[in-house]
Parts: sequence; structure tokens; C-alpha cells
Amino acid sequence: MAVAENEMFQRRFDKVNSIIEKHGGKVSNLIAILQEIQAEYRYLPEEVLTYVATALGIPPATVYGVATFYAQFSLKPKGKYIIKVCDGTACHVRGSEKLRYMVREKLGLDDSKDTTDDLKFTLETVSCIGACGLAPVVTVNDHEVYGQLTPEALSIILDQLVAKEKSGDGTSCANSDADADADADADADAATDSTRAAGTDVPGEGC
Amino acid sequence: MPHVTVDGQKVGINGEKNILEVVRKAGIELPTFCYHSELSVYGACRMCAVEVDGMGLVAACSTPPADGMAIHTNTERTQRLRRMVIELLLANHHRDCTTCEKNGMCKLQSLAYQLGVRKVRFGEREEMLPIDDSNPSVVRDPNKCILCGDCVRVCSEIQGIGVLDFAGRGSRTCVSPAFGRKLSEVECVYCGQCVAVCPTGALTGKPEGDAVWSALHDPTKTVVAQVAPAVRVALGEVFGGKPGEIETGKIVAALRKLGFAKVFDTVFGADLTAVEECHEFLGRLKKGEDLPQFTSCCPGWVKFMEQYYPDMLPNLSTCRSPQQMFGSVIKRFYSKELGVRPEDIFVVSIMPCTAKKFEAKRPEFVSDGGVRDVDAVLSTNELGLLLKQAGIVFDELEGEGFDQPFGLATGGGVIFGVTGGVAEAVLRTAAASLGVDSGRIDFQEVRGFEGTREATVRLGDAEVRVAVVHGLANARALVEAVRRKEVCYNLVEVMACPGGCVGGGGQPYPNDIPARKSRGRGLYRADRTMQLRSPSENLAVTRLYEKYLGEPGSKLAHEALHTRYGPRRRISGDMRINGATPGALDVSVCVGTGCYLRGSYDVIDVFTRLAESDEFIGRVNLKATFCLEHCDRGVSIKVGDKIVTGVTPENAERVFREEVVPRLPQES
Repeated sequence: MAVAENEMFQRRFDKVNSIIEKHGGKVSNLIAILQEIQAEYRYLPEEVLTYVATALGIPPATVYGVATFYAQFSLKPKGKYIIKVCDGTACHVRGSEKLRYMVREKLGLDDSKDTTDDLKFTLETVSCIGACGLAPVVTVNDHEVYGQLTPEALSIILDQLVAKEKSGDGTSCANSDADADADADADADAATDSTRAAGTDVPGEGC
Repeated sequence: MPHVTVDGQKVGINGEKNILEVVRKAGIELPTFCYHSELSVYGACRMCAVEVDGMGLVAACSTPPADGMAIHTNTERTQRLRRMVIELLLANHHRDCTTCEKNGMCKLQSLAYQLGVRKVRFGEREEMLPIDDSNPSVVRDPNKCILCGDCVRVCSEIQGIGVLDFAGRGSRTCVSPAFGRKLSEVECVYCGQCVAVCPTGALTGKPEGDAVWSALHDPTKTVVAQVAPAVRVALGEVFGGKPGEIETGKIVAALRKLGFAKVFDTVFGADLTAVEECHEFLGRLKKGEDLPQFTSCCPGWVKFMEQYYPDMLPNLSTCRSPQQMFGSVIKRFYSKELGVRPEDIFVVSIMPCTAKKFEAKRPEFVSDGGVRDVDAVLSTNELGLLLKQAGIVFDELEGEGFDQPFGLATGGGVIFGVTGGVAEAVLRTAAASLGVDSGRIDFQEVRGFEGTREATVRLGDAEVRVAVVHGLANARALVEAVRRKEVCYNLVEVMACPGGCVGGGGQPYPNDIPARKSRGRGLYRADRTMQLRSPSENLAVTRLYEKYLGEPGSKLAHEALHTRYGPRRRISGDMRINGATPGALDVSVCVGTGCYLRGSYDVIDVFTRLAESDEFIGRVNLKATFCLEHCDRGVSIKVGDKIVTGVTPENAERVFREEVVPRLPQES
């Protein structure tokens, strides 16, 4: 825990300054600033929000208000791998509940907790990602889309992510998307025959 | 002239911005929760909905009037809508009316009754959020909030602070300080303007009535009251009177009936403040130092300065407020005359203000023995409640006079309760002490209700540039202008609340601008009828100097009547950088704005490297903290209880070895 937190904190606060500067320190760019900060930290730490408020010359309560209004922002630390299980109508009837249950059990997450203590995994439920034809659908870090999943197949995907972390491949930042994508591609293709959809270009089928 | 018809009555449009104002002009009172003429229009509560021919139901507050509009205020649809709105608000409101602090003064309660809502068809609120009573002044109960946003807007638009804002979304929306913190952990200055506008019991003043009863019932205590100027023109409202009626005599009589041993006038404290502050001001004016001098009577303003403009603190008058000067005089000097130990005197001040409760608890005003100068602060509303509890029929009281010696007061002290009054009192004193313009008492140029006023006053040879500002947003704009050297003043009076103390957060409801203006006029009326107008004429003040203090600005006067200020953090909180090892030494590095700009994050880097090294691992708990309140002295760190300032990324390693290492717990 300590090491994870330390790593989190060390994630270059000066980056925040350059993000604010890039947006001209304008209040009208607050949402964009928060998005980029979240991409950097994987969540919005309180002291960083306070700093943003100071830099933009607005009260911290206003920044907090914006950060809590949008579902895309999180004020709690999130895991390196964000597992989103779709629970839209199509996914729901095709068994998404079983997938969620499996993930919770495997990662030791009870109902009050969505992120593992080692800050590796976060489980989220989303309403629909527009890939209903592939139901039930799960995404990892928004870029990997797995369709027609069974709990068994999802379990293998998780095993691979855990193995990758253990082997040390995953010690670099989760946001180096290109690497993560490539690795996950290879792993997923090699180890499972789950129908992995091509990136985010899944044709939506409206629920 | 363009006109509308309101329920068939023809009404001209004369610059009114919304239908609501036109309807009110027609003599019809539309119910509102979220509409305040001095705040921006929010249009959330829908209580003011009216039917307009061709438009259907519209919110009167956010619809401009147009020529020929036919407006209907009391149709079946508007009635049904208003009842439904109330019912839905009540469904989500913690309905413990009988035990609520706001019972009998609550707008939600009275409108529900008035509009005939007799049954709520929905269930009770299930989830109860914690009540925040973390600070001495304001209690926040989110379970009673109806999300009208009045507090949010008054705090940001009028006070320029923005402590509160909406957080969350949909059914989870709530009004909250940043990060769901308590008010004591954020930048709240406790002015209580949110309390003044809150239509429900979600924001109330913190009650101290029970502490006062305990003291009154304790035979070992000598309970002494002081009554602030703004209270005498407002307390009558609690008993059905009009704002601005002067009830001084009845208040004194009522306090005696409650069992107070002595009833004194805070106006004496105000006179003393004016004399002391005038001496300070003339001294600065002569030397040309630390100008403009800002007044320091308003504890909300003082906290605001400490939080936002620590660099300007030398400009703040070091004079204590009248309340605290009074408390100090009672405990230090009057106790001797009474032959009672200071700890056995219980000073209760009756104030129009919530921030005064905070001020009385400031550590500067607690003596070494733990004795407070002012033991309890009651708001005007609370005094009204105490009188009701005691069964005192206010209307039937015969007026009485204050006790001596601190009942003697001048008109200059009386007007301390209204915006412009402190400046005028200081000018009166200055005119008298300079021996010029001695006939001059009224300084009309500093009076009024405009947010910022300025005047140049000639006192003999001296020309004094005075500014008067009320509402902290106006004050902020003025301080910024002073810093940019765009304006140049010698004396600036600041009161946090619009209208000054007459509009304080502890005043009776409705505490709106018309009521504040009436109260202000009441104070000027009281001033006019006083025999003594200039604080320098107060013989009790003169005698106090003769007997104890020597002269204004003396060493003893400084000890007893002045205070000090310091930078104050706006938001609390710290963040662990490494693990929390039990028994390890706590080391915090400040990451407040001031320290951050001086490179505190590089200091953290150095400290982290050292703390994680083999030599020290597990022996230091490193934290980042927001503001150690030493903003003027470089990056600050806190090692155990000791604060070390002037740390730089370059000397960080040396500081670690010199300050941190010797305090490390020995390895077991």
C-alpha cells in the first residue's frame, strides 16, 4: 500500500502545472484540465484539486462540484486496470451479473470497494457501450473490448493481467497506452479465444 | 408606458427585470425560496410560478415582463404546482420541526402551512447525512437542505469566498464545502450570511443559550452582559416589532429579569475602540506607515484577511473589536473593582453576529489561566429565545438604563453597528483630538448603502481619504485595487455583512436588505438623540485611561486592548507520502500555494529519497500538508511539533540531517 501510494504521489506534480499552463489557466477549460490530470493520476487527488482551484483563482468547492458532477471523474484512487462490465439491457440478459460476481470474488472486492488494495484493478459497471451485438461485453482501460464473454474467459484475461504485473512488465505507467495495448493484444490473442473486438470501432447496435 | 395585467389589475412596467417584481408592485406576495433581489436569479424552486396567457406556467423570477402580458398569480394550476413543489421538498427534508433550531422561523414550514399542505404522500427521508457542528459559529444540517442555492450564491456573489457549492448529481446532489469537509476545515469566515438567507434549518447559528443558563443558575458566577448596538434595533422583530425600532431600555430590563448581575453597553467598548483606533490611525498617518489602515472590528473580515491577504496584515488595525475590548476591561480591571476573580465572572455578549462566537474563542483572547475574556456569545435571535423561555413578556417591559460605569456611551459608538459607522466614529474622534472642526459631528459622506463609498475629509490641515466597504466581495475588490496602487486611501472601514452588523448572521428573520436599511436608520436615529456624540467625550473611557491604562496607545493599552494576527490556512488536510509506521516521527512539508511556489515539491523529493533510504526507512512518516501558516518565511516543514521555515531544495538534505535525524525514535 505504502509503495503504491508513494508511487501515486511521486507521479510528478509538476505535470499539473504544465496542464494548467497548456489551457491558459482559464476557468472555462476546467473540465479539460481535470480530464488530463485524471489521465495522469488515474484519479483526482484532493490536494491537486485544491492546487488547481488556487491556480485558476476559483474556490476549491467549485472544482469539487465539477469533479463530483461528472461520472467520468473519480476522487478515489483507481486501479491500473479498469475493468468495465457493461450492464446495459442486452448485456444484462446475456449474463453480465455473473461476470461482475466473478470479478469481485476473484479480486477480493466486496460491495463497498471497487478498487483492489494494491491499486491494480478497479471494477466498474457501465450502462451501455454500444456493442450490444457482442453482449455481454467487458472493456479493459477503455481500449480493449472483449465480447461474448463467459466468466471463465474473463477469469483467464484477469489471470494474464495479474501474471503480467508479477513478471514486472506492468511496472511502467498504465497510461503508456501503446505498450499496454500491444501487450494485452498479444496476451489475449494467445491465451483465449474470446472474440476480441477491434479497438473501439465496434459497431454500435443501440439498446 | 408598457404595462401588464396582474389578476386583471393594470400595472405599469418601470424597469422591473422580472415578472416577480411587477407582481410584488401590484401588492401580491409570491412565495419564493431561491429568489433574493440582491443575488443572481436562479429559478430553481418554481414556487413563484404564475400563469401567463399564451405562455402557460412560467417562473416569475426568471421571466422578464413584456407589454400586454396577462398574468394570473392564483389559478388552480399555480396552487396545485406550489403545493406539489412543497410536498416534494418535504419528502426529502428531515421533518423534525418540533425540535428544529429554526422552528417557527422556517420559510419551508410557514409556506407549507400557508399553502395548505397538510399531508405528505411520500415517505420519510431515509439516508441521514452527518451534521456539521465543527465550528463555533454555524451549524450545517444537510438533511434539511432544499437545494435552493441561496447560501451558495450569497457566499460567492456577496462575500466572494465560495465556501459552499453544489456537489454530486441527480438525487445525490447536495450543497457542500470542498471535498465534503467540515466548515472548520475550509475557508469559511463564519459571517453567517448563509444563515441569514437559508429558508430552512439547514444552516443555523450555533446555540449557546444553555451555557448562559448554566452560568445564570450558578451562584458562584457573576454574570455580566454587554449588548451590541445592532441588537437594539432588531430584537423587537422577534416579538413582532418593526425593524429599526429602538428597544434599548426594554432589552436592559429583560436582561436584568433574566438574572444578569450587570448589564453593560458594548457601545462603551466601541467608544474605547474608536479612541484607541483613532490614536493608532493618527500615528500611522503622521509617520506615513502601514496605510491604509483597515478597521478590525469585524471578525469575519479579520479572518478573511488572515486567509487571503497575509501580506496586508500590517495594515490591519491591531485594535481588538469592541466585544473583545469590553471583555478584556471586565476581566482585567472591573473584576478588581467588583472584588470577584476573573474566572468567576461570566461575560455574555449579545451580538447580531455569528462570527463573534468564533472571535470570542480565538486563543488570543484567552488568558494564560485559560480564562476567556468573553465566555459566551448570544445572537439577537438567541436572546429572543431566552426571553421566551423565561416567560418574559417583552412588550410589557418598562425600559431601564444600563449599569454604570460601562453603560455610558456616545452616538459614535452606537453607529458602529451600521456600515460607515466605524469610520465616522473614528473621524469624530480624530476631529476632536486634533482640536479642529470641533463643531463637526456628522460625516454624511461615509453613510449610505452603496457597496463601496469613498470620501475625502478635511480635518484642519490634514486631508483624510476614507473608504467604506461592506460585503467581502466588495472588500476583496478594494484590497486588490489598493495592492495594485490604483486607489489610495488612509482609512478603510470594512464590514463583512451587507449593511454592516445590522445585517449580521444572528439577526432576526427576514434579514433582508429592506430590514437592514431600517435597522441602520434606527441606529442613526439613536445617534442623533444622544447627548454625547463623539467617542472622545465618553467620560467612562477617559476615567478608564486615567485609572488603569494611562493614555491611548500606552504599553498597558496595547496589552489589554490590542491583538495580533497571523497567516491562516484556507483549507486543511494533509496527505501521506509514505506509509504510516506506528511510532515513527511525523514530518510534514507544506504544499500551500506560497510554499509550493518556492519549490516545496522538490523539498519533498529530497525528503522522500532520504526517508526511503536504508538508513531511515520506517522511521519517518512523511506527509504533505496544506499550509503551516508561516507563509511569509519560505517553505515550512513541521518536524514533530516544531516548525522549521526557510527550507529550500538546496538545503533540504542538511535540514533533514539537522532537524529530523536528531528527533528520530531510536531503533529498537
